[in-house]
Amino acid sequence: MEQTIPTMAQMAAEGKEPEILFWVGCAGSFDERAQKITRDICKILHHVGMSYAVLGTEESCTGDPAKRAGNEFLFQMQAMVNIEVLNGYNIKKIVTGCPHCFNTIRNEYPGLGGTYDVIHHTQLIQSLIDEGKLKAEGGESFKGRKITFHDPCYLGRANNVYEAPRAALEILDTELVEMKRCKSNGLCCGAGGAQMFKEPEPGKKEINDERMLDVIQTGASIIASGCPFCMTMLTDGVKHMEKEQEIMVMDIAEITVRANGL
Amino acid sequence: MVGQVIFIIILLGAAYLFGRNVAKVRRNILLGRDTDRSDRPAGRWAIMAKVALGQTKMVKRPTAAVMHFFIYVGFVIINLEVLEIMIDGIFGSHRIFSKPLGSLYGLLIGGFEVLALLVLVSCVVFMARRNILKLKRFTSAEMTTWPKSDANYILVIEILLMTAFLTMNAADYKLQLLHFGHYATAGSFPVSDMIAPLLPSGAGALVAIERGCWWFHIIGILAFLNYLPYSKHFHILLAFPNVYYSNLQPKGEFSNMASVTNEVKAMLDPSFVPEPAGVSLFGAKDVTDLTWKNLMEAYTCTECGRCTSVCPANITGKLLSPRKIMMDTRDRLVEVGNNIDKHGKDYTDDKTLLDNYITREELWACTTCNACVEACPVNINPLEIITEMRRYVVMEESQAPASLNNMFGNMENNGAPWKYSQADRLNWAEKE
Repeated sequence: MEQTIPTMAQMAAEGKEPEILFWVGCAGSFDERAQKITRDICKILHHVGMSYAVLGTEESCTGDPAKRAGNEFLFQMQAMVNIEVLNGYNIKKIVTGCPHCFNTIRNEYPGLGGTYDVIHHTQLIQSLIDEGKLKAEGGESFKGRKITFHDPCYLGRANNVYEAPRAALEILDTELVEMKRCKSNGLCCGAGGAQMFKEPEPGKKEINDERMLDVIQTGASIIASGCPFCMTMLTDGVKHMEKEQEIMVMDIAEITVRANGL
Repeated sequence: MVGQVIFIIILLGAAYLFGRNVAKVRRNILLGRDTDRSDRPAGRWAIMAKVALGQTKMVKRPTAAVMHFFIYVGFVIINLEVLEIMIDGIFGSHRIFSKPLGSLYGLLIGGFEVLALLVLVSCVVFMARRNILKLKRFTSAEMTTWPKSDANYILVIEILLMTAFLTMNAADYKLQLLHFGHYATAGSFPVSDMIAPLLPSGAGALVAIERGCWWFHIIGILAFLNYLPYSKHFHILLAFPNVYYSNLQPKGEFSNMASVTNEVKAMLDPSFVPEPAGVSLFGAKDVTDLTWKNLMEAYTCTECGRCTSVCPANITGKLLSPRKIMMDTRDRLVEVGNNIDKHGKDYTDDKTLLDNYITREELWACTTCNACVEACPVNINPLEIITEMRRYVVMEESQAPASLNNMFGNMENNGAPWKYSQADRLNWAEKE
């Protein structure tokens, strides 16, 4: 990357405290596609001049997939260790690149001693737009293109965040088309509840293929989302349907970066 | 006089039986673990007013919502008429409210009649949806003989009750026009005056029809009341407390198990002295390991299947059906309760909710997407039961699917669900 990524350890060594901690998450750290989105979120933070840092090698899984799978021990072990690190750096505000990290830190860490102001990156983008710090200019034009938004379950139903990602699309002057199952009625991509890490149970079809029917019905050329697991499932779904030529899957952060030519 | 005595005996008998069955349901619900839902009473009253009384979650399916609304309003309002029937029955009076209420009475009766007709029509349409159109929601796997019959019994009983009510009014109206006996003119009967021409014109026959329908209607209502505790129709009562005790936290927030917190703290800090906690299982193997709220939800479920129809696992042909999770929980709880009645409270059979009712394949198909929770018109949460049972399978039995055990291992060893080293966590910054 052009800019260097500030870590909490460096900041603390220099006696500085960033305005916000960027919680990257496991997918954002290791999955190749999600890594790109992570860099895009950093580009946005850099572009608006927000002081931020990441934990880097001090970050560890929030424990979300362990908790959803029923392994509360492992979840709380992860949570306590993470909370110790976060509290150690006196973290107040966190932006996450993943709805699962967002949900876990926001809702489940307070009961274990970790209370922070947690937002998802689409909420950060929305507030930057509202403050006038982020526009859609200087980059690729999305004008006239049909975009549909796939609501990640842990952003939407789990936390009632429906408008922020849409606000990031609305300033593009595109045609935002909703799927038949959207917002609180949105259909899961199939990855939640630790399904990402196991083979699906026997059934008639894959959940992401079912979701593709909704996407195709809209005639959208871009599926936007805000979750690395949805990203994987939707991208696979597009492949299964052999629609790679017609439909792109993009994170809200990627779209924002492109629209601003960052 | 004899009529009054018989009426009072039937009324008291019905009230006693109903009270006894409700007490049994209450005892069964309280077999569950404790959970505190006494916080934020103002918020709880508000959500009850909105979701239970106002039925705001029904509107996602407008056809069903409108017809359900007719039946619901009909049920609540026609009960005012039942109050009069009760008083008449006890004191041997006839339409006791008609004189004091004057013209308002006519208006009320007119309103009841219109509602009764709407209830009747709605019930007929609902029966058609179940038995002729065979909507998928009402014919899927767990809708076996009893749930299907239960639904039809409820609709048939309501149709019969409304028919009796209207026929009674029609006969009464005809007798009023004849100025027969104590049948004093009591307003207009907008619906039953359409039935009236079908009835005989002799006063004797009309009195027999009026009295017959009166007795059928009130005995029918008392019998129906006593059917409720055995039926999914119990939702008409439990929907209210069930919504009052809703989870008010964000849907994505799963409970942090305090028993685990104690052990984890002790593990991380040897000087930590855990608060003494009662010995209990991690998670749920049987209904008694669930909370009383989970059990109340099982009795509240009216098997509408909105949850199952939006479940991504179910839609794609997996075994999981959130509605079945609730039905199994209730069936098992009733079984546990019956065992207590028969053999005393320490009796245990060799069955459990896990495996005998809910299979592991069902549990592992869940994506925890909360669609079922969102869909439920009375705020039932099948996901909580699924999670509690996963906790039992994973923490008590160590029987998670192998791939999930791999994921747990990775997380323990390198702080990520995949086999990547924590030292490589910032490598993304070097690329591009």
